[in-house]
Amino acid sequence: MAAAFDEMKGQDGGVRPAYGELARWLGEVPPDVLDYRRREAELIFRRIGITFAVYGEADAQERLIPFDVIPRIMAASEWRLLEKGLTQRVKALNAFIKDIYGAREILRAGVVPDDLIFRNPAFRPEMSGQPVPHDLYVHVAGIDIVRVDADTFYVLEDNARTPSGVSYMLENREIMMRLFPELFSRHRIAPVENYPDELLATLTSVAPVSASREPNVVLLTPGVFNSAYYEHSFLADKLGVELVEGRDLFVKDEIVYMRTTQGPKRVDVIYRRIDDDFLDPLTFRPDSVLGVPGLMAAYQAGNVTLANAVGTGIADDKAVYSFMPAIVKFYLGEEPLLKNVPTWRCREEEHLAYVLDHLHELVVKEVHGSGGYGMLIGPAASKVAIEQFRAKLKTAPKNFIAQPTLALSTCPTCVEAGVAPRHVDLRPFVLTGRDRVRIVPGGLTRVALKEGSLVVNSSQGGGTKDTWVLDG
Amino acid sequence: MRIRISHATTYHYDTPPTGVTQVLRLTPRNHDGQYVAHWRVDLSDNCLVHQHEDAFGNITHAFTAEGPFSTLSVSVEGEVETQDTHGIVSGTIERFPPGLYLRETDLTQADASIVDFAETARAANGGDTLALLHALLAALNREITFDTDPTHTATTAAEAFALRRGVCQDVTHIFIAAARQLGIPARYVGGHFYRADGVTAQEAGHAWAEAHIENLGWVGFDPTNGISTTAAHVRVAVGLDYLGAAPVRGTRYGGAGESLKVAVNVAQARVQAQT
Repeated sequence: MAAAFDEMKGQDGGVRPAYGELARWLGEVPPDVLDYRRREAELIFRRIGITFAVYGEADAQERLIPFDVIPRIMAASEWRLLEKGLTQRVKALNAFIKDIYGAREILRAGVVPDDLIFRNPAFRPEMSGQPVPHDLYVHVAGIDIVRVDADTFYVLEDNARTPSGVSYMLENREIMMRLFPELFSRHRIAPVENYPDELLATLTSVAPVSASREPNVVLLTPGVFNSAYYEHSFLADKLGVELVEGRDLFVKDEIVYMRTTQGPKRVDVIYRRIDDDFLDPLTFRPDSVLGVPGLMAAYQAGNVTLANAVGTGIADDKAVYSFMPAIVKFYLGEEPLLKNVPTWRCREEEHLAYVLDHLHELVVKEVHGSGGYGMLIGPAASKVAIEQFRAKLKTAPKNFIAQPTLALSTCPTCVEAGVAPRHVDLRPFVLTGRDRVRIVPGGLTRVALKEGSLVVNSSQGGGTKDTWVLDG
Repeated sequence: MRIRISHATTYHYDTPPTGVTQVLRLTPRNHDGQYVAHWRVDLSDNCLVHQHEDAFGNITHAFTAEGPFSTLSVSVEGEVETQDTHGIVSGTIERFPPGLYLRETDLTQADASIVDFAETARAANGGDTLALLHALLAALNREITFDTDPTHTATTAAEAFALRRGVCQDVTHIFIAAARQLGIPARYVGGHFYRADGVTAQEAGHAWAEAHIENLGWVGFDPTNGISTTAAHVRVAVGLDYLGAAPVRGTRYGGAGESLKVAVNVAQARVQAQT
């Protein structure tokens, strides 16, 4: 693996222009001041209670995601490229999902294999042939981007189901502005604070045609035990919409209502942060108590918009991901602006053979996995771990894909011994409304705090950073 | 054969609920060998009923009845003209390629013993799909004892297979799990069965499976009776498993002490029913 590209120092060790001011400032600021601000930031996070739960840990208590006070900076020109690429990608994703639940042209053309879709647990047969309001499926997408050099960005994952993390983007910015006003005065940074407005505009724009002129938008959460509950309540508050649980809603004559002290109030758009499986016990899991009985009937009658649509998880599948370049070309007739990481699909015999021979140098992931669980990072894995994984891979090759181990770019990060480079990724949030695509400049930068680690997931010891896109 | 069917589901509540929402899949459609002469759906409650067609082509009726009421009944009745097609099912609405019906569901997941059961049948029958399916049909009919006690609507194929007991739903799930394990697309059919012994009153609807065979298409297999489907079978709804074809899926708001009575009557039309 080649040495990683450092976003501050670049290839030749000089400071890249976007980082000029920050580098100067880092040179000036006494280490104890930086450390003091770091602890202050942590205190604030604790006070506002922004925590998450790690699944599968015995003491699954709420944890604080470490926050790194050194911002990650992108030049306006870099962002413009990303923005174009993200817009293109999300347009293609929407067209793809509409197609596989509709005409299935891409399957008939043989671009994507039938069984990858029809046998995919994330494909929802119930959605087939059922129109959705305005033909839009992915209203909120989180596209994970990694960078390997000055000019090359890759999409690592598409999150079209219920991407989370945007509350960190907003909180991180707020805290940075409080702690480092001097840094803000030395930069012109594009705002992200308008994200809730953009999200609300997006959600309002996709209300069913039959909705009133001021559509009633609600945010549906599985409840306080969900690991992202903080984000749900935070967003509902910022959006100025009701935070509801399944039991707060009911369906009558295919119209969704919210129980209020003034009586039932019609609901037009549900920003749902609850998985398909739990949405409606009359259509999906009958034992779900989190959903709304009859919701799917109201949805299919066109009386309510679900954001995101049901069945969008198909795009999160990592084997489907591997077809994205072809998907972009198929629907848009354009070359993809954002690259895909080359991906071996273990469902294909030749690919599998290659992967089994190169396990020590590849990253192997479960096609339905997320959160950095259940993956193998070959170069960092022990021989035993590799052999265990090989056995798993042989039993169920369809469940895996493999990718080369990318040298993710690094950014200066506060560590025990001062400031040192750590690997980062970026999750920008792409909003698709009836009128247009909206992307606030930036996103959530995740940083692998352990030296040399490439895993940025918060469940695996990753932290976050504020992401600055410079204006002008 | 002209078959007259009535199917009534009656709920009684000790404490009346404030509302009940249900989705019904109780209405048969026409296809080769099955013609629905007439059919009606009745509710005891006077509420709006919305008719739709689901992604699998089933007719659904959805309603929300506002309580309080201490009884709610949903009844359907009608007559269907059938012909024997030697089990071959054609002229149905097919929105998915057969490959979709290889999907695993929670209720039809094959565990090690179902895999073993399926593979044993394959070893004995080689590559002939039809023969293989008939072998599964016969084996399940032989090995699974009809028993309404130990299983319920959420019993999985694996659980029922371990018990070697169950109702038509269970044995159908096992058949489907085994067929899919063998790479044969299979699906669940909910419907009615006219009994040749003249017994017309039944405690529930019937269920069987359809498997897709190259060059033949969908073929009905009724493992409870150990036969391919005949003119005595009336096909109502199809799905990946019971949940996709369930006659009634519903929920209740408030209320308590619910008891359920199902009365099904399947008789030859124009023939005096014996009960």
